[in-house]
Amino acid sequence: MVALTVREALRDAMAEEMRADPDVFLMGEEVAEYQGAYKVSQGLLQEFGAKRVIDTPITEMGFAGVGTGAAMMGLKPIVEFMTFNFAMQAIDHILNSAAKTLYMSGGEIKCPIVFRGPNGAAARVAAQHSQCYASWYGHVPGLKVIAPWSAADAKGLLKSAIRDPNPVVFLENELLYGQSSDVPDGPDFTVPIGKANIVRQGRDVTITAFSIMVSKAMQAAEKLAAMGIDAEIVDLRTIRPLDGETVLASVKKTNRLVTCEEGWPFAGIGAELSALVMERAFDHLDAPVMRVAGKDVPLPYAANLEKMALPQVDDIIAAAKAVCYKT
Amino acid sequence: MAIAKKKDRPGGIPEASGAELLNYYRKMLLLRRFEEKAGQMYGMGLIGGFCHLYIGQEAVATGIQSALGPGDAVITGYRCHAHMLLAGSDPKAIMAELTGRAGGVSKGKGGSMHMFNRAGNFYGGHGIVGAQVALGAGLAFAHWYRGNDRVSVSYFGDGASNQGQVFESFNMAALWKLPAIFVIENNQYAMGTSQQRSTAVRDLYRRGEAFGLEGLQVDGMDVVAVKATADEAVAHCRAGQGPIVLEVLTYRYRGHSMSDPAKYRSKEEVARVRAERDPIERVRDRLIEAKHSDDEALKEIDKELKGIINDAAEFAQSSPEPEASELYTDVYVA
Ligand SMILES: Cc1ncc(C[n+]2csc(CCOP(=O)(O)OP(=O)(O)O)c2C)c(N)n1
Ligand SMILES: [Mg+2]
Repeated sequence: MVALTVREALRDAMAEEMRADPDVFLMGEEVAEYQGAYKVSQGLLQEFGAKRVIDTPITEMGFAGVGTGAAMMGLKPIVEFMTFNFAMQAIDHILNSAAKTLYMSGGEIKCPIVFRGPNGAAARVAAQHSQCYASWYGHVPGLKVIAPWSAADAKGLLKSAIRDPNPVVFLENELLYGQSSDVPDGPDFTVPIGKANIVRQGRDVTITAFSIMVSKAMQAAEKLAAMGIDAEIVDLRTIRPLDGETVLASVKKTNRLVTCEEGWPFAGIGAELSALVMERAFDHLDAPVMRVAGKDVPLPYAANLEKMALPQVDDIIAAAKAVCYKT
Repeated sequence: MAIAKKKDRPGGIPEASGAELLNYYRKMLLLRRFEEKAGQMYGMGLIGGFCHLYIGQEAVATGIQSALGPGDAVITGYRCHAHMLLAGSDPKAIMAELTGRAGGVSKGKGGSMHMFNRAGNFYGGHGIVGAQVALGAGLAFAHWYRGNDRVSVSYFGDGASNQGQVFESFNMAALWKLPAIFVIENNQYAMGTSQQRSTAVRDLYRRGEAFGLEGLQVDGMDVVAVKATADEAVAHCRAGQGPIVLEVLTYRYRGHSMSDPAKYRSKEEVARVRAERDPIERVRDRLIEAKHSDDEALKEIDKELKGIINDAAEFAQSSPEPEASELYTDVYVA
């Protein structure tokens, strides 16, 4: 084990896969000379050269299309979006060109590509720069969607994403980039796509979360423990394919579910999990599922309003208490 | 800075041997007979959805694809049956895709607008206007990355040429000197919108000037001229000189798709092009004038092609619909 920041873990994942496979390359705005807008690609230009670490113009739709076309011919592009907010310009290629072509071609054309970058709210950058796209991409058959929390998962899942023969949307979080945790050593370490991780065992309530919301759920669990509520925390890690079995097994044990996400509640990941549990574990529920999500508004700039709009530790605590019928 | 050129070919129409002309004739007639049959079958309710025919434009893809070699990649929009045929796909499997059958090239899951042939280096068949231009630049990128001398050809329409991603692609292709040939098939209409009503400056071969791209314009109803101009474009790319724009002036005889009655233009306009500029008739005239062939021999070719197309139509109707289990295949690569 080595302690790495999420930022370093992502960089190491890319570097290791680029060493192993000459078809892997990185393209995006500021990824090469500037070393990444958030310094995730530090050192990659120096090691791999300008042919494999490519600074693009500010042209998201164009370079998402170029990457997808290159993938259709068998290369394995990693396309970095400075943030996923800007990938709205490119979402046509992610859905219509990358996700659907295998199916429409009856299996003829594969598209092994990774679209990655920070997703969700950072700090005080307001509505256009602060959206969570997990449920947007999670909606789409043909895509795999990953949103890691720990450094180990960031590394292991990004490596799996690069090796995966399908298009993968890899949602990072700017506020997690500087967080350190232990990562298994060596280039053979990967984490399988589609497997959730129980990051805290508990008996009383299941709390699902992904990306930065896992941090908040963990903090909530500490405080809940002091109140006599033993929370089990499921880090979803992959949004699509969703590891429903792990969630269901946990709910069958705790009989209660609180879902957490930074995105809006309407048609969100929590809505999906609520439906899943209603369909497949209805009789195990001792309380209605509760969703902790971003408030149903564009994210405001003012510090106090921003805090109100984003789901907080206290919101998770309140929801957990509610489903446990504790006041 | 490269400057766009109009290629009116002041030296006259380039030479072509009898064998070449016969080859073009055969290919273009195959495309036409295929599309005529597809139109008929659409009318009979055997083909559903959107179905865009290539009738009138045969010289474009035929001329350009004759200039390509093994490994050169091709991509286009939804008007893609001709490109599939020229990529070497079996007419039966293409027609069966139109009817949505298991024997279709995409197992019936793509339909008229979404067909691909990897072995033939044809990358679709795309339904989003303009998407194929960025994807095509990506195919050129892959050639560049692999360091080979292959090129990519992206076909798109006069309407598509107004999409923003076209210019994004021009810029990146020029910046990285990608071996990309951007072919604008200017048939004067985007659905019901004439070029006059959509496009401020209509010299589309000049569309790349802001990026330093050379542009060529050619009469797309003359397959020999198209081929000769495509040769130049291919040589330009193979020599490592980066991308090039090729505007091909053409015309579609039918509506935009089978569901378009084409009321935005006069019958006379269509009749005039058919009478004066038809690409197949032009080759036919040259074949006969130069005594490379005669009426009889050309009729024989037509008969043979009609046989192939009738077989395709029959297969497309007898091939079963896809198994229900196909619903869930090809969503992911296992
Ligand atoms: C992004 C997008 N917008 C609109 C359409 C609907 N549409 C399909 S074809 C077409 C006209 C395109 O004309 P042109 O590029 O000239 O090609 P042509 O059909 O003449 O070959 C339109 C508007 C679409 N498929 N995709
Ligand atoms: Mg047009």
